[in-house]
Amino acid sequence: MSPARPRHGARRRPTTRQDPIVAGVRWLDERLGVAKGGRVLLDKIFPDHWSFLLGEIALYSFVVLVATGIFLSLYFVPSANELVYHGIYAPLRGSKVSAAYASTVNLSFGVRSGLVIRQMHHWAADVFVGAIAVHMCRIFFTGAFRKPRELNWMVGVTLLTLALANGFIGYSLPDDLVSGTGLRIMFSIVLSIPIVGSYLATFLFGGNFPGDGSIIPRLFIIHVLVLPLIILGLIAAHLGLLVHQKHTQFAGHGRTEHNVVGSPMYPTFIAKTTGFLFVITGVLWALGGLAQINPIWQFGQYEPYKISYAVQPDWYMGWLDGALRIMWPWSWTFLGHTIPFVVLLPAVVFPGLCFTLFYAWPFIEAKLTGDTMEHNLLDRPRDKPRRTAIGAAFLAFFFTLFAASSTDVLANFFHVSLNEVLWFFRIAVIVIPIIVGVFTYYLCREMSGVPGIGRRKRAVVIVRSATGEYESVPSEPRPGDGAEELLPSPVPVHIEIPEDEGDGDGRLEPVEAGGSGVRRVPRRP
Amino acid sequence: MSDDAGTIAPPEAGGNGAPGGLPVTSFDSPHLRPYAKNPRRAETIIALFLLAGLAGFAAYGALYWVGGQPQWEGVFFGGGLFAFGFGLSAWGKYLLPQGPFVEERHTLASTEPEVQSMAAAIGDRGKMVFRRRGFLGSILGAGAGVMGIVLAFPLLRSLGPQPKKSLDTTNWRAESRVVDLDGKPVHAADLEVGGALTVFPEGFAGSAVDQTMLIRASDRAITTLPAGRETWSPKGYLAYSKLCTHAGCPVGLYEENLQRLLCPCHQSLFDVLTGGNPVFGPAPRPLPQLPLTIDSQGFLRAQAGYDQAVGPGFWERS
Repeated sequence: MSPARPRHGARRRPTTRQDPIVAGVRWLDERLGVAKGGRVLLDKIFPDHWSFLLGEIALYSFVVLVATGIFLSLYFVPSANELVYHGIYAPLRGSKVSAAYASTVNLSFGVRSGLVIRQMHHWAADVFVGAIAVHMCRIFFTGAFRKPRELNWMVGVTLLTLALANGFIGYSLPDDLVSGTGLRIMFSIVLSIPIVGSYLATFLFGGNFPGDGSIIPRLFIIHVLVLPLIILGLIAAHLGLLVHQKHTQFAGHGRTEHNVVGSPMYPTFIAKTTGFLFVITGVLWALGGLAQINPIWQFGQYEPYKISYAVQPDWYMGWLDGALRIMWPWSWTFLGHTIPFVVLLPAVVFPGLCFTLFYAWPFIEAKLTGDTMEHNLLDRPRDKPRRTAIGAAFLAFFFTLFAASSTDVLANFFHVSLNEVLWFFRIAVIVIPIIVGVFTYYLCREMSGVPGIGRRKRAVVIVRSATGEYESVPSEPRPGDGAEELLPSPVPVHIEIPEDEGDGDGRLEPVEAGGSGVRRVPRRP
Repeated sequence: MSDDAGTIAPPEAGGNGAPGGLPVTSFDSPHLRPYAKNPRRAETIIALFLLAGLAGFAAYGALYWVGGQPQWEGVFFGGGLFAFGFGLSAWGKYLLPQGPFVEERHTLASTEPEVQSMAAAIGDRGKMVFRRRGFLGSILGAGAGVMGIVLAFPLLRSLGPQPKKSLDTTNWRAESRVVDLDGKPVHAADLEVGGALTVFPEGFAGSAVDQTMLIRASDRAITTLPAGRETWSPKGYLAYSKLCTHAGCPVGLYEENLQRLLCPCHQSLFDVLTGGNPVFGPAPRPLPQLPLTIDSQGFLRAQAGYDQAVGPGFWERS
């Protein structure tokens, strides 16, 4: 609280001993000592900006993943044991399928709302990884990873890797043709690691591919217990650090490196964010009901000798799949040993380098810029042309790799030869990031030189007078255009609630400009 | 920044003190006003959204009761949640206090003496631990290291068998009969020219490592194969391992016109007539070829097993 807070008269706000809220707080406080810290928490300030919602999307997708995942685990049988299908899905009856596949089909068709919740789980996983990626872009481009938040950035990068891993593992569980093909490729990727690769691969799968059937129960326990626990712990650490270090904010009226301006946790932020949780859940539920995803009964049971056309992983694996596709066919054999660089480089070394770079970026940038200051105010991306250009080039690189995971589909769609598409991507993956980076750099430089950029321009209204002359009149000010705004004040603690007119609607007509401070001006005449 | 902490507005107070000396803020304070220009109207809209949410929940419940239907379940409950959440968010945004409010940041860093003290606590006491006790420290380190290595035995080694020769060998042997997925032997008259079939050695139908593409590329022996394979393609039958040499997917697409085999995973293309050479894509090696022969009853057999490991590359592969 502000030390300069003036003290007011001696009249005390009447409180009665019987007040149940006071009694409840006292009961808790006498046991846990929550009153002081609790109020600080209720007063915690959340700066407002649309981009701060991206992390919340990730958080709430995770909530949905846990809830829907628990539901699915009540029905899913994590076993590769073969059985003859007798379940509800008629076209499959009499076929030999694995227990995992059969139970996934059964929970989709035989459990009410099962299909919706299963598809919701899959959609939530796709959204989870996407939201993390976009949230990470926000952190990157605004420089929110700088001192003192490097550690939280690293926690976030870890969360991204775990989200990718757990997404892939979950996708592999139903034992359908597409996911089994993914596992086959994963086996080959592990196999490509020099010296230990073949041992690791046969240990994990219980023998040469497809192994002795132990991979599905193993992946299951990793998917539902090990990784979710780690993710949960890291999310707790992520948010704990966020509270401890407080939010970053964009520069603006009354905002400095030493304060946080926004709306308080209780009641404003709680209401908005709880509503947002419902909105995210609602969108995911609607997707689960309306947008078919991973229809494994169309793919069929996985058999190692079967393959289907246009097999693609979930979107977040696309960059690795693309890298595998466009890699030069390079394999090195010497002294009776083989290093399959064609798999090792794009699927092991390349993602390893990417994530190492992500982890190290805050320190690399500090080294390059020599900036060791603490930063709580965010950068506008245009003000940091070099960082923004590097980020944009990286994004272009990943998008190109992602597109390269569809070489066959693109060749079909545009009626060009697969060979040409492949060569296009081998070149594009180098050229496009360079073009994007250079373009972004100069765009940022140009933009940051424009006075008043980023502020909404005050519109003018052209008025025709009775004599036929035209005159331009400034329009009414709008929020965000730099018109008068209130200076931020500390969150009020004691509020005088009028006894008679509790809802306060009588006093809510717009306040005219020129008073002690006008926060709202009419948007429309 | 021209603004600093000094310009923060004093709380608009009602002039009354409260317990703890904190001021009492008037209900009319501009910081407590809702964002909405017309709160009555906002309230009505929010009420409509919350009601829509309620209706969606109820509709979902009724639908579930009568048997459920995925699309409508999505519409009702998803739509209900969306409307309910939208209403609640709008309540927070348009009717609850928006401030702007401020809180001060506290410096995270401690004072220099505190830093020095913590470092001394770690360093000095640490030196006390190991001073003249280097031997104990070495044993401690060695013990922890051995413990870590030994723990890898149950955690990793127990999981599965060593690769041994399982990656290098298949079940194809000299004289192995060629059978289809159902275990039925393949006769030389079974495939038309241009036909293809996934085959296995007799007794191993469906086996992942043995899967082989049998292609009838012609009605006579293929002459374009590498030297030494003159007898491998009786009556135009060719057999290649179906495991892609790139990442191990089944090379399942036979393009008769081009005489090519395509792997649908990463688009490696192999030339059938010249010994399974990769002509395109990321596959680094030819598909291993299985030498075929036709026995006295006209059934296809292997002359020998594969002469090399099938599938993708690995360290022990020579």
